[in-house]
Amino acid sequence: MLAGYLIVALFFILAIRLWQLQILQGSEYRKLSEENRLRIIRIAAPRGIIYDRNSIALVKNTPYYTVSLNPQALGRVDIPYLAELLKIDRDYLTEKINEQQKRSLYEPIRLREGLSAKEIALIEARRSDFPGLAIEVDVSRDYLFGSVGAHLIGYLGKPNEFQSRNPDFRDVPSDAFIGQWGIERLFDRQLRGTPGERIIEVDALGRELRLLREKSAVRGEDMRLAMDIHLQKEAEESFGEKTGALVAMKPDSGEILAFVSKPSFDPNLFARGIKYRQWEELNQNRKLPLLNRALQSQYPPGSTFKIVTAIAAMEEGAIDTDTKATCNGGIAYGRWHFGCWRKTGHGTLSLHRALVESCDVYFYEAGKKLGIDKLASYAKELGLGRESGLEMVRERRGLIPDTKWKQEKRKQPWYLGETFNAAIGQGYVAVTPFQMAQMMSTVANGGYIYRPSLLMLGSKPEPIEKVNIKQETLDIVKKALFGVVNENGGTGWSAKSSMVSICGKTGTAQVVGLRKESKYLTEMQRDHAWFVAFAPYEAPEVALSVMVEHGGHGGAAAAPIAKRAIEAYMKSGIQAAGASQSMSPRTVPGSIGQNVQSAEDRNENRQTSH
Amino acid sequence: MRIDRRLIKNFDWISFSLVTLLSVMGIMTIYSATRSPLPGGEMPSYYIKQLYWLLLSVAAMIAIVSFDYIWLKRFSYVLYGVGIFLLLLVLFHGRTGMGAQRWLNIGIFSFQPSEVFKLFYVITISRYLSETQGKVGLISLLKTFFLLAFVPVVMVIKQPDLGTAVILLLVLLSLISTKGFQKKAIALIILISLVSVPFIGNIMWEGLKDYQKNRLVAFLEPEVDPAGIGYHINQSKVAIGSGNFIGKGYLKGTQGPFRFLPEKHTDFIFAVFAEEWGFAGSAVLLLLYLSLILRGLDTARKAKDEFGSLLATGISFMFTIYFFINIGMTLGIMPVVGVPLPFMSYGGTSLLANFVAAGILISVRTRRFELFY
Repeated sequence: MLAGYLIVALFFILAIRLWQLQILQGSEYRKLSEENRLRIIRIAAPRGIIYDRNSIALVKNTPYYTVSLNPQALGRVDIPYLAELLKIDRDYLTEKINEQQKRSLYEPIRLREGLSAKEIALIEARRSDFPGLAIEVDVSRDYLFGSVGAHLIGYLGKPNEFQSRNPDFRDVPSDAFIGQWGIERLFDRQLRGTPGERIIEVDALGRELRLLREKSAVRGEDMRLAMDIHLQKEAEESFGEKTGALVAMKPDSGEILAFVSKPSFDPNLFARGIKYRQWEELNQNRKLPLLNRALQSQYPPGSTFKIVTAIAAMEEGAIDTDTKATCNGGIAYGRWHFGCWRKTGHGTLSLHRALVESCDVYFYEAGKKLGIDKLASYAKELGLGRESGLEMVRERRGLIPDTKWKQEKRKQPWYLGETFNAAIGQGYVAVTPFQMAQMMSTVANGGYIYRPSLLMLGSKPEPIEKVNIKQETLDIVKKALFGVVNENGGTGWSAKSSMVSICGKTGTAQVVGLRKESKYLTEMQRDHAWFVAFAPYEAPEVALSVMVEHGGHGGAAAAPIAKRAIEAYMKSGIQAAGASQSMSPRTVPGSIGQNVQSAEDRNENRQTSH
Repeated sequence: MRIDRRLIKNFDWISFSLVTLLSVMGIMTIYSATRSPLPGGEMPSYYIKQLYWLLLSVAAMIAIVSFDYIWLKRFSYVLYGVGIFLLLLVLFHGRTGMGAQRWLNIGIFSFQPSEVFKLFYVITISRYLSETQGKVGLISLLKTFFLLAFVPVVMVIKQPDLGTAVILLLVLLSLISTKGFQKKAIALIILISLVSVPFIGNIMWEGLKDYQKNRLVAFLEPEVDPAGIGYHINQSKVAIGSGNFIGKGYLKGTQGPFRFLPEKHTDFIFAVFAEEWGFAGSAVLLLLYLSLILRGLDTARKAKDEFGSLLATGISFMFTIYFFINIGMTLGIMPVVGVPLPFMSYGGTSLLANFVAAGILISVRTRRFELFY
C-alpha cells in the first residue's frame, strides 16, 4: 500500500510540473516555439533616388550584403573552413560566435558585413557546405559623384543608439542604413520607403519550409534637388586644393543651385560601413573635411559688406550718388589712423567708383554719417546674422554688432572707430557664406527674401519677406557691382566673362590685425578671400558667394571661382533647355557686357584687388 | 498443453487494453514526430516498423500469458545466464550508437540486450528472494547484491548506459524492500550510502564519458550552454510548454518534425505528445500509466504465490522507474540519461520486452485463483 501512495505522489509531482510548464509558463513557451519556427525576413525597400535639377541621378542604390549564421546550425559548422571562406580571422570568428551565443539562441549571428558581389558569389557556391548560413541584403548607396556635393547630399550610416530609441525609426531595423547627413538625413522619412517582410516557416537548420505571409516593400520617394550638378562640380573643381565654401542660389526662388564646402569627403566611405580608422582620419584631418563651411563657419565679410553699407547709407539719406569723398590713403580719428587698402589713395570719388574700386575711406565717411545702429538694422534686414532655416547642421548665426549688443555683451559703449571697421565688414561683423549668398540674391531680385530650398520647386514661390529698400537704391548698387567686374579699375576684373554679364563684389577679410603684405604672412594668418556675385546683370538667374579661407585677396582667389561656377551654370542651362526649347534669354550675354572691354589696361590692381 | 477456460474468463483485459492503447498512441506520436515538415515530403518508415514490432509483441505477450509463469521460475537462472551472455556480447561486438555500445546486430535488425536482460533480472531476483525466509538480513542483502546485481550493473555501466544501471539498482532495492528489511540491514544501507556517496560520486564522475558529464551539468544549469546539451532540455520544455492546455492539435506540432527537438521519436516522444495534446492529453496519458502501474501492484497483492507477487512488484516498479525518469527528463526535472518511455518510444526491443513484462503481469493476475498441481 505504501508503494502505491509513493507512486501516486510521484505522478503528482509530474502533473504539477506539467501544469507549471504548460499552463503557468505556457504562453512564454508558445512564443519560444513560434520564434523557433518562424523567421521574419525583412525585405529592404529601395530608397528613393536623389536627382539634380536637370534630372541627373546623383545616387544609385546598391546591395549591402551581410553574412550571418543561424546559431542552431552551429554544431554542423566547420569553423576554420568558414573563416577561410569569409576571409576573417579564425579566432575572431570563434570569439564572435561564442559571444553572440550567450546572448540569444535564435538570433542569427552576423559574421561579416559589406561584402562585395564577387565574394557573395563565392560564398553562394559553397552554400551547401554550410547549413544555417544566411546572406542578407540591405540597401545602401553608391554616390555617383563621389565627394562632389557630399555636404549637401549627405550619406547613409548605421543608426546610433540615440536614433534607435527614437520613435521616428521604430519600423527601421536596428541594423539598417538610415540617412545620417545632408539630404539623406533631412528627407530620410520620404526617401526611406517602407520595408516589406516575408514570414517563413523554417526547420532547425534554418531551411525555408513554407512562405506564410509576404508584404512587399514600398519604394521610397525620389527627390529632385534644386542643385545643378554641373555647377556644383565645376565650383568644387575650381577650388582645387583650397579650403572654403560656395553657395549659389536662384534669386527668384531661393532654390540652392550649389552648396560647396571644401575640402569635401567621400560619402561612399560611410555607405560601405566606415572603418574606425577611416573615421578617425576624417575627424583628425586638420582641414576639417566634415565641417560644413557654408553654414558652420563664420568669417568677417570684408569689403563685400560695403554693399550693405552703401544701401543703408543711401536709404537713410546719409549719401546719394553725388556724394563725394577724398581718399588720401586713410583718415585720422583721434590718435588712430584708419587706412585705405590702397596706401597711395583713390583721390576724390563718388559712390559708384567707391564701390568699383572698393575705397575704404569713402565707406568710413558713409558709416560715420550713418551710424552703427542703422547700418546693423539694414544688415539684419538683408538676412545677415540670422539662421538659414535649412536645418542641415547646427549652424553659426554670424554677428551684426550694434550699440545695444556692445553694451549687453561687452559692457562697453560703442566707439566710432568700431563703426569704421564695421562699415568695411571688419571688426565684430561675422557672416556665413550662406548668408552672403542670400544677401546677394536679395540685392539681385529687387529686395525679396525667399525661403531657401534644397529641393527643386515646381512653381515660383511667394517671397517670405520684402525688404524695405527702394528699387532705385538697388539699381544704383547693382550698376556699381557690374562696374566692379566690368569697368576699368574694378577690383573684380578677374570674374569678367565673355559669356555672361557678371556683377560682383570682392572682399578681403583680415585674419590678423596687422596690415602686411600677404607674402610676409604664414598661410594661417593670410586673409580670407571673398567674392559675392550675381548674373546676368539684366535678369539675374544666379546669385552666389565664394569664400576661400586664407586665400588672400578676394579678386585674385575668389572671383575666378565665381566666374567658372556662373559660366558652368549658364552652360548647363543651355544643355538642359536645348532639348525642349530654344535658348532662353539668359544665355545671351547682355549688351552692357559688350560695352566694357579692354581687359589689358587693368594696371596695378592685378595683385592687390579688393 | 490445454488452455484452461478460466484463463479466458479471468484474463486481465484492463492491463492488456492499457498497454495496447499506449502503444497505439506511441505509434501515432512517432508518425507525427517523424513526418516531413515539407508538404509532400518523404515519410520515414519508423511508424510502420513500430507497428510490425507491436504485432510481434502482442503475439509474444499472448504466448507468455498462455504459459504458467511457474516456468519462468524454473528457468530463471538459465535466462539470467543468457542475459549475462548477451551483455558480454554487446561489450565485445556491440554496435555503437550515440556514444554508447548498446546494440547487437542480428541479421537484418539490431536489438538492445540490456532491454531483454532487465526482464530476466527481475525474474531471477524474484525467484531468489521468494526462496529466502523472512525479512532480508545483512548477509542475504549483500549476497543478493553481489550474486545477482553487481556483475550486470558493472557491465551496463561499461556500455555505458548509466540510466539502465541506475534502474537495475532501483529495481533490486524496491524488490528487497517489498520483501522487508531487518533493522540491521537498513542501518547498513544508510551507513554505506553516507560513507560511499562522496567516493562513488567522485569515482563515477571520473568514470563518466564527457557527454555524460555534460548532461549532468546541463541538467543542473540548462542555460549555461543553450546550443549544446542544455539544448535538449530547453527544446523539450519549449515543446511541452507550448502545448498549453489543449495542445496544438495532432500533426500540428512543430518542435519534432522541424527538428528543433532531438531524439523526438525515441527518448523525447513525450514532449512531442505533450506539444500536440496539451495538458489535458498529458494528464490523461499520466492516468493511463498510473492505472497500469497500480493495477500491477494490485496484481502483486492478489498473486497466488510469493514469486508471482515479487514478479508483479518488480515489473510494476520497473515501469514506474522508467516512466518517472523518462518523463522527468523531458520535463527538465531529471538529468538526461537516455531512457525510453515504455510502450511509446520508438524501439523494437524495448517494446517487445515491455509487452513480455506486461504479459507476465497479466499471467500472474489471470492465474491468481489457480492452485498448484
